[in-house]
Amino acid sequence: MSNIRFEQIEGKSLGFYALIAGLGILILAALGSVYYMEHYGHFVTGMNNRIVWGMPHVFALFLIVAASGALNVASISSVFNKKLYKPLSRLSGLVALSLLAGGLMVLVLDLGRPDRLIVAMTEYNFKSIFAWNIILYNGFFVVVAVYLWMMFERRMNRFSRKAGLVAFAWRLILTTGTGSIFGFLVAKQAYDAVIMAPMFIIMSFAFGLAFFILILMASYQWTNRPLGNVVINRLSNLLGVFIAVVMYFVAVYHLGNLYLAENTGVENFILFDGGIYTKLFWYGQIILGGFIPMALIYHPATKGNRSMLGLASVLIIIGGLIQLYVIIIGGQAYPMELFPGKEILEGYGGVAQYSASLPEISLGIGGVALAIIAVTFLVKFLAFLPESLADDVANPHHKG
Amino acid sequence: MSKTLNRRDFIKTTSATTIGVATVASGITLTTFADTNKTPVTNEKRWGMLIDTNKLSEVDIDGMVSACQKEQGWGSEVHSTGSQKPGWIKKLKVKDKATGRISNLALMCQHCEEPPCVDVCPTNASMKREDGIVLVDKHLCIGCRYCMMACPYDARSFVHETLSNQKEHMPRGKGTVESCTMCVHKVDKGGIPACVASANSDAVIFGDLYDASSKINQTLKTVQSAQIRADLNLNTGVRYSGL
Repeated sequence: MSNIRFEQIEGKSLGFYALIAGLGILILAALGSVYYMEHYGHFVTGMNNRIVWGMPHVFALFLIVAASGALNVASISSVFNKKLYKPLSRLSGLVALSLLAGGLMVLVLDLGRPDRLIVAMTEYNFKSIFAWNIILYNGFFVVVAVYLWMMFERRMNRFSRKAGLVAFAWRLILTTGTGSIFGFLVAKQAYDAVIMAPMFIIMSFAFGLAFFILILMASYQWTNRPLGNVVINRLSNLLGVFIAVVMYFVAVYHLGNLYLAENTGVENFILFDGGIYTKLFWYGQIILGGFIPMALIYHPATKGNRSMLGLASVLIIIGGLIQLYVIIIGGQAYPMELFPGKEILEGYGGVAQYSASLPEISLGIGGVALAIIAVTFLVKFLAFLPESLADDVANPHHKG
Repeated sequence: MSKTLNRRDFIKTTSATTIGVATVASGITLTTFADTNKTPVTNEKRWGMLIDTNKLSEVDIDGMVSACQKEQGWGSEVHSTGSQKPGWIKKLKVKDKATGRISNLALMCQHCEEPPCVDVCPTNASMKREDGIVLVDKHLCIGCRYCMMACPYDARSFVHETLSNQKEHMPRGKGTVESCTMCVHKVDKGGIPACVASANSDAVIFGDLYDASSKINQTLKTVQSAQIRADLNLNTGVRYSGL
């Protein structure tokens, strides 16, 4: 492992500047959308008084969840002392911070009063999971930044394992908090389930790793650095396991809900007769984001093929966004049970309508672009990437 | 003998002066604000409302909704779509699945004793007064809408556009959340909420739930009443009979 050398990327090619320019345009479009939404008011969005969290929340929570998961690679190295992952630790921390920054940007700019951010930072209601999350998100920046410093600074290297442990614990608590945003909502039938917290944790493992793999493969491909099969195959296997566990948790969540009579209505809605939500659940979340990536990762015909692993990662990201759409929007669309045993004829009820507006989608994509641009810039200015991850470097015991 | 002012002395003097001025000034400010509310709200009262669905006609409920709109100034938003417009109070028609009996009722913020909106609000903008009235502090609300997610009664609205011609007693703001205030501005002066005033006095009773001599307390002792989503144990201030 001593022969791992970290080096910045050159970042002078046309491709590099084209990437920065492309991402910059997406970020500008997002900021323009925010100006438009704030200037006119949220009536220009697709949200209403029933669907109060729309597309920006889907992206924001996806990125925040993925951020926590992206740190896993570093955690496996530090906490579980797996040497193979050590060269990947710096990039893992960087991707985690960048995704969180992107997610928080979307979350904050979707507020009705983003100008009152200072209020959110100075007025805390400690009974609110949301307030705890604000502390957890900000703390994550500090904890991971310190962790990165321990990894970068040779004199501090001996503390990196301890910092890694703290970061690992922090990210678990953070995702527990994110899942609990829904898990503690007693009002809505789709939420109010303690399983939300562990489900979000395992979702974070899968989404974060998918992002990490894509960024790793792209950065090595575009900078012509060697990236061996040992690392890639290991990450690929891990991704397969994570996505299988996500599907297991989804199954337990829905079966558990079906068992409780009070939730059969919302379960039927999501699983069978919810129109777009049912289609998104089965075709988007389960097939596109679950079964197909698993097949691509494990089927002998595609196993070990990097393009297929890249495709699987992209599908997991798309499937993850769809999963959060079904959870967040679908959960709000289904009416709350106000009068058990009674049918509401007028005034409330029915499935709430929502169609995401362009500014909302643009804001969400802007968050992803911010995350990627942060990674792109920082790998140019700091030595995050090992100059080689060839098999004999990544794993000296690798034969041949 | 002249003494030159060194840096330490300068910091000492200016700090002491600043602290002194700040203390006195904040004291004056606090006193000034405290003076404006001569009778602080206490938990000796619990304001509540009893809605008798048997006595309430559809016309009564329409009257309650428009009285609320007129009093608080909501509902004239020009850009918001139907589902984006605020609805501080709604007219609901409910049918019993078994018997087919239809009831009409007005649904607004239920002013819970344990309000989920207050629990989840990150900035304490959602708050409950000592007398049980649940409000939104428009200066603290950041528009995160988590309270709307948490409310089991769909009682809260988000202001989707810039407003004009607002009522002096009810400042509302684009990008913040709002809901029924139980006409706190009137109640604090000994009045009753506008919706209650508009309905006939038997159909909607307003008063102090704790006061044994109040009409609401006495009626609740004698009639069967219900809380909506009583299973959530929120102990709502708004009760319904005939449901």
